Amino acid sequence: MDDLYREIIIDHYKNPGYRGILDPHDISFEDENPLCGDLIRIDLRVNEQGVITEAAFSGHGCAISQASADLLIESLIGKTIEDAKKITKQDILDMLGLDTLGPVRLKCALLPLKVLKAGVYGLGEASDKLVEEE
Amino acid sequence: MPQSLPVELDVAKIRADFPILEREVRPGIRLVYLDSTATSQKPAVVIKVMDEFYRKMNANIHRGVHTLAEEATAAYEEARQRIANFIGAKHAREIIFTRNATEAINLVAYSWGRKFLQPGDVIILTEMEHHSNLVPWQILAEERNLRLEFIPVTADGLLDMGTFNELLGLQPKLVAFTAMSNVLGTINPAKEIIQLAHQAGALTLVDGAQSVPHLPVNVQELDVDFLAFSGHKMCGPTGIGVLYGRETLLHTMPPFLGGGDMIRKVYLRSFAPNELPHKFEAGTPAIAEAIGLGAAVGYLENIGMDKIKAHEHELITYALECLSEIPGLTVLGPPADKKGGVASFSISGIHPHDVAQILDRYGIAVRAGHHCAMPLHDKFNLPATTRASFYLYNTKEEIDQLQMALGQVIKLLG
Repeated sequence: MDDLYREIIIDHYKNPGYRGILDPHDISFEDENPLCGDLIRIDLRVNEQGVITEAAFSGHGCAISQASADLLIESLIGKTIEDAKKITKQDILDMLGLDTLGPVRLKCALLPLKVLKAGVYGLGEASDKLVEEE
Repeated sequence: MPQSLPVELDVAKIRADFPILEREVRPGIRLVYLDSTATSQKPAVVIKVMDEFYRKMNANIHRGVHTLAEEATAAYEEARQRIANFIGAKHAREIIFTRNATEAINLVAYSWGRKFLQPGDVIILTEMEHHSNLVPWQILAEERNLRLEFIPVTADGLLDMGTFNELLGLQPKLVAFTAMSNVLGTINPAKEIIQLAHQAGALTLVDGAQSVPHLPVNVQELDVDFLAFSGHKMCGPTGIGVLYGRETLLHTMPPFLGGGDMIRKVYLRSFAPNELPHKFEAGTPAIAEAIGLGAAVGYLENIGMDKIKAHEHELITYALECLSEIPGLTVLGPPADKKGGVASFSISGIHPHDVAQILDRYGIAVRAGHHCAMPLHDKFNLPATTRASFYLYNTKEEIDQLQMALGQVIKLLG
């Protein structure tokens, strides 16, 4: 048996802590995975020191993308925008407790990070380059 | 005399022809391949004939007079003839080798479309088209200012023929449609659509990517003008597909790609195109793959397309029964008597990616996504579905395994 659907993923998928929309917000971005139509939107509130005080995600998708979004949002609160820019693909895999992931499901896992990066960098559109390892 | 029912397939014997079906996806978990609509598996005879081509016969075709070149050319052209016979074409020169059905449709759009269509001309498509029979026409429509109209799909996954009849009043130049939906499984009334289109003065193009592998298809009986299909979905290799075109039409069409083999004579500033079918086959083609497709066609013919169709009908009937027992599961498309071996479904509250991933634990290969038919999924308000599809080598036991594994999916994520 694979252990992709381990407890942490099922738990964050079924009972997300940070699902919702922040209105107003300071940063908001959304993108979809054209392969499966998964959609993630991330909203952030940032204080004058550049610290993320509130964050939420919305959209729809598979357990991997949704759990990844919830874990990512959880990790963001209290971080600065500059810290958020430094989050890597490996950080996401670590949060999900996965050593590796096939290329197709990796896109699901990394969609929230891609959305976050496009948002914090203020880009017009998200690109896979944002989440590729240096 | 009533037609006798085709004799049942000897599925155990057929399965033994496909080496990959022996494979364990992981130790102790045998492959259950329910993704033939994406690509079919290949029988040993197809693999062998391609291997032998490279071991014994490899040479470029249509040039050179050495023994290998002669043999390779003969084998390539024999494959063309076999394929012509398989779909009931009058002449082998009506068979154009392409990379796949997509390229075949693009060839028609590029060559016929650019020569014969004028601004304001109407092309009728359907809402259930694969992107490959949609995007080439969108590109052409934008370039030439054409009007695209669509035969709607009803809630039960059938074409709305009443609206089609009304659309024919627009005097379309072309009606291009799939003979069998890769998502809904719907087998469309191709002959009737072609007849009505011709009466309205339109030409017809059938996307046969799903129908040619799974149903008996005869282009003369259908009276279709163009038929496109892919080798890899019908037991053949990837990289080879076919455009059938009515000879009189192909003669009027300019070449598609330019290069070697498609010319009769080349000058520094001009060229004279080659005869059919070479006019449309620029550059060294996929020779081994064409020969492989020839072998695949021979394999299917030996078994009999009517038997394959009957076997798949039995499987889809059984699958729809089994799937209907699963709570929260909805199958898209019409009932079994109007569709081929395709069951696309959604399970309420569970994402298709998760369904497919968990099924993979049991060795079951299905497809999750929009199956290259995004507008159709929009229509049914679903971002994606899970699709199980069947071919000549599938069994009822495999459908039982699917049902059992779907129960586990619901247990875990429902």
